[in-house]
Amino acid sequence: MALKMVKGSIDRMFDKNLQDLVRGIRNHKEDEAKYISQCIDEIKQELKQDNIAVKANAVCKLTYLQMLGYDISWAAFNIIEVMSASKFTFKRIGYLAASQCFHEGTDVIMLTTNQIRKDLSSPSQYDTGVALTGLSCFVTPDLARDLANDIMTLMSHTKPYIRKKAVLIMYKVFLKYPESLRPAFPRLKEKLEDPDPGVQSAAVNVICELARRNPKNYLSLAPLFFKLMTSSTNNWVLIKIIKLFGALTPLEPRLGKKLIEPLTNLIHSTSAMSLLYECVNTVIAVLISLSSGMPNHSASIQLCVQKLRILIEDSDQNLKYLGLLAMSKILRTHPKSVQAHKDLVLQCLDDKDESIRLRALDLLYGVSKKNLMEIVKKLMTHVDKAEGTTYRDELLTKIIDICSQSNYQHITNFEWYISILVELTRLEGTRHGHLIAAQMLDVAIRVKAIRRFAVAQMSALLDSAHLVASSPQRSGICEVLYAAAWICGEFSEHLQEPQQTLEAMLRPKVTTLPGHIQAVYVQNVVKLYAAILQQKEQAADVSAAQEVTQLLVERLPQFVQSADLEVQERASCILQLVKHVQKLQAKDVPVAEEVSALFAGELNPVAPKAQKKVPVPEGLDLDAWINEPLSDSESEDEKPKAMFQDEEQRHAKPRAPEADEQELARRREARRQEQANNPFYIKSSPSPQKRYQDAPGVEHIPVVQIDLSVPLKVPGMPLSDQYVKLEEERRHRQRLEKDKRKKKKRERERRGTRRHSSLHTESDEDIAPAQRVDIVTEEMPENALPSDEDDKDPNDPYRALDIDLDKPLADSEKLPVQKHRNAETSKSPEKEDVPLMEKKSKKPKKKEKKHKEKEREKKKKVEKVEKPSKHKKKKHKKDKEERPKDKRKSKKKVPPTDEEAAEPVENGTLDEEPLPPMSSYTLLAENSYIKMTYDVQGSLQKDSQVTVSVVLENQSDSFLKSMELNVLDSLNARLARPEGSSVHDGVPVPFQLPPTIQSIVMAQKLKGTLSFIAKNDEGSTHEKLDFKLHFTCTSYLVTTPCYSDAFAKLLESGDLSMSSIKVDGISMSFHNLLAKICFHHRFSVVERVDSCASMYSRSIQGHHVCLLVKKGEKSVSVDGKCSDPTLLSNLLEEMKETLATC
Amino acid sequence: MIQAILVFNNHGKPRLVRFYQRFPEEIQQQIVRETFHLVLKRDDNICNFLEGGSLIGGSDYKLIYRHYATLYFVFCVDSSESELGILDLIQVFVETLDKCFENVCELDLIFHMDKVHYILQEVVMGGMVLETNMNEIVAQIEAQNRLEKSESGGQ
Repeated sequence: MALKMVKGSIDRMFDKNLQDLVRGIRNHKEDEAKYISQCIDEIKQELKQDNIAVKANAVCKLTYLQMLGYDISWAAFNIIEVMSASKFTFKRIGYLAASQCFHEGTDVIMLTTNQIRKDLSSPSQYDTGVALTGLSCFVTPDLARDLANDIMTLMSHTKPYIRKKAVLIMYKVFLKYPESLRPAFPRLKEKLEDPDPGVQSAAVNVICELARRNPKNYLSLAPLFFKLMTSSTNNWVLIKIIKLFGALTPLEPRLGKKLIEPLTNLIHSTSAMSLLYECVNTVIAVLISLSSGMPNHSASIQLCVQKLRILIEDSDQNLKYLGLLAMSKILRTHPKSVQAHKDLVLQCLDDKDESIRLRALDLLYGVSKKNLMEIVKKLMTHVDKAEGTTYRDELLTKIIDICSQSNYQHITNFEWYISILVELTRLEGTRHGHLIAAQMLDVAIRVKAIRRFAVAQMSALLDSAHLVASSPQRSGICEVLYAAAWICGEFSEHLQEPQQTLEAMLRPKVTTLPGHIQAVYVQNVVKLYAAILQQKEQAADVSAAQEVTQLLVERLPQFVQSADLEVQERASCILQLVKHVQKLQAKDVPVAEEVSALFAGELNPVAPKAQKKVPVPEGLDLDAWINEPLSDSESEDEKPKAMFQDEEQRHAKPRAPEADEQELARRREARRQEQANNPFYIKSSPSPQKRYQDAPGVEHIPVVQIDLSVPLKVPGMPLSDQYVKLEEERRHRQRLEKDKRKKKKRERERRGTRRHSSLHTESDEDIAPAQRVDIVTEEMPENALPSDEDDKDPNDPYRALDIDLDKPLADSEKLPVQKHRNAETSKSPEKEDVPLMEKKSKKPKKKEKKHKEKEREKKKKVEKVEKPSKHKKKKHKKDKEERPKDKRKSKKKVPPTDEEAAEPVENGTLDEEPLPPMSSYTLLAENSYIKMTYDVQGSLQKDSQVTVSVVLENQSDSFLKSMELNVLDSLNARLARPEGSSVHDGVPVPFQLPPTIQSIVMAQKLKGTLSFIAKNDEGSTHEKLDFKLHFTCTSYLVTTPCYSDAFAKLLESGDLSMSSIKVDGISMSFHNLLAKICFHHRFSVVERVDSCASMYSRSIQGHHVCLLVKKGEKSVSVDGKCSDPTLLSNLLEEMKETLATC
Repeated sequence: MIQAILVFNNHGKPRLVRFYQRFPEEIQQQIVRETFHLVLKRDDNICNFLEGGSLIGGSDYKLIYRHYATLYFVFCVDSSESELGILDLIQVFVETLDKCFENVCELDLIFHMDKVHYILQEVVMGGMVLETNMNEIVAQIEAQNRLEKSESGGQ
């Protein structure tokens, strides 16, 4: 042994350590890869040795190689070995390696669970720390589930060093195992007030991360954070909290109002730029959430903008950058305040720093009709100057973005916009050709008035196509030819010289363009051809028409030879068509009409979301089988013979509708109808009234009456600049006219008060667009759903953490704790038959034991009433302060579902006839002020508790406040009282619920009073209302589903005693009857055959109750079996009463 | 959250690579390379923020870096972190290194990558800021070094 040790340490002396490895690599610069592979071989040898020091050294070297890009996952098992070393030195090496290379796919990771648990509970804080650090990097869902409880314990460790690490890692645990959030949250909240600043900061950190994803669940923490914000001096914590408030304020504007003052104070007082910046950011968020222009807030905005200006003007580029970033947020709601600093923004566009230029570009969004042209002009000069393509592309998209934003809201002159787009096509090597093309198409399609101009520009573009698509470097930009060709074809009636354009589109050079563009060319050549034919035939110029046809017949073959299938196919089709036309022309048959009928009708733009918004027609189930699925009859045969098999089956599977001939014909007709209404189907027959319908549409739009004194095609000067000039002149004229008109009016006003408007600020509304533009809106399907749900990403990992944290914890939510197996399971033999699935069968056993213990305990403490044990369910119910608006209305305001939702009728699935509405809420007490209805619910998790939901309805005109509910405890039932209720908005009703019931086999009564103050115009009175809570045996039952085989077993077991009743004179249908029993007595149907059904339910203390309900001619008989005879007989009595009313 | 912490020198040689999200080794190397090219292009007198975009995560992420002599310290963070705060954090990290190594230089980082990791672990844990107080960080590092020393002494 000793010899081995010595040998080991000698071995170590000859091993390379990390430093040697690094040195070696540096000395082998030429053959580094070879040297490293040699080292890896050595490491593999070292890992085979028993000596842990050697292994650790090897793993340490592997970690270094990992950084250089070598995969070391093959050594995962060795890493675990080193992790489990007893010495901290080695353990740390192991955990470091694991944190660098373990991930969810590492298969050996599950072997670490126990090792980590051991390290977490190690007496040395550094062992624990190192394990926590490592785990934070490779925690998997399994590890999170198994270790959540251990980590939660560490959150209360005595050492702050461990506490802060445990708190931080909880966030990772929550992400991987969301179920742990609710049980762990109370403790996490506690840590917000930890005496150690590090722990506090960690807790703030975690909650901020959580709240950022699902802010609404954390609103209730706002007061706590508010306190922290005003008391803490730690800038880190402050920054986090202030950031968090920024996320919370949009949800709760009242919070924002409260925040403004302390934040403003911080802005004035702090010297830390980071804090100042975050404060400004949050104030902005607050202002956005308030958004209403309250006078005192304009001061806050001024403060923010002013501080930001200081940041932007700072020589520190970082501050400049952040200032611009924050400024862009203000822009969204208060564009006016930002526009005052336009000079600053434009100045930043010239900054040498690209990040800053990009940020400044963002700020340009705040354009208006007034300054759009000016800003775009400025951007165009930047486009020319910009050397890097990325920045230039960014500029290009920005230009298009600001012009097209909110449906081209700011564009007053679309001719100008089209010329800008055309100018942009001259950019070298941009990637955004498709973007320009899309804009051209969009504008041309939607702005009818602009089509003539657009077509002229596009045909010019087609004419100079060789310039656009000359060099391969410009391939991106040739996309615009796609748009140009389509626009010229589609709106060919606007073309001045269609023949010339046609020839341009048929040039041999075109065949060098990408396939999809050629295809559009081919298609639109025919549209042009149709238009020309029409023109020529109208002019009775037969020879010219034949010439055009000849041209096509000559040129189209070059496309027929194309390698692109789409082009080839279209071209051959069209060539045949044209040849046919040629034949007809030779016979002097007029063809133009029919050729242009090919392209009749107009395409409307469709909204991008239109497809998604088509509502599913009523009665259409998309998930239903169209045909009967392949029957798996064998497996059905193997099923244990369930009693009522065939009846169920018939109801379970919807019969496949047999479509007869008639039905098919009807559907065909419907489809035809639909196609006729769909613009995307080319109609089979030409409908003359539809052909180019827009002709009258264009007429009613007054087309551009600008007096173009300057000819537009001046070489040298970009077209758009002229428009800027023209526009200025136009506006000036307009203004003058308006001024004249207003002069008299103003004169009168001036006498009264001096108005700001006299300084002549031109507002957006003053500028009338040059053209009356009728923007065609995008089509949406009829009765489209207005929802915006589709914005949510279902794969968001943070969605799982969207958990309500204010709900009290249920037992089932406790974190799994490792426990030794229970040896005494045989003690409760009746539980063997628990009619639940296997997985759950363990739980009730524990419960039973617990319950017994508790009962014993309670006997001792009978006198000590009112002492609530900690786990007992507390329930605070808010009752809104009901305003005395209208009696009727206020009644409706609190429907029963507002409180505990009524149990759904789960088993009433066989829809025979509509069920009468049922409510389990029964009247409790009533006077002129208030009406109380109640419902009692049990839950399996609390074996001696039931929840009473009481709905209070204000029946008067008075404000009711200071409500208090109290109950006289009886021997068998008492209230579980909460330890104090939190203050909610409005007036809280301190509810002290639910009662604890000790014996559930008999019905119980509980007396109580509700006291409140009623306040109306005459004054306030103190009122009292007595009530009697009636706990029927039914209220101890919990609807529990049961499977037929488990049910049969239960009946066979013979542990149950039997009893039966019979009720006569029942007229209700059996189905409704069952539903009624399910609803009022909380049973579930196990099986049903004709007029016979078996039902099951369970009490909160685990008694099984089985029923067999049979319906005769006019009577119903109920046979019951239950593990407690008293409970059964009481239950049946209650049921008798219910049935008697049927 | 901090998504990644990268330290490399003026030639793009990685000195510390710490990802808090799983990436295969090749991708990690590629990210280091691309990040290096991004920051290399930038003058020292322009801002220290870079919208990473395609590199890691999405548009929510930013690269925040500082350049010290021969080394670049790059943090990739999302919008929950304060930009100026992270700049301060880098400063804290570097000052801590300086204290622990006594006048730190690139060679220290080259030969003691493991130690640098241990120091970083006391500053950032699992992508979240653990401690910003330098004295506290140094105290914990020294305590762990002592523990290590006592263990090797007992061998």
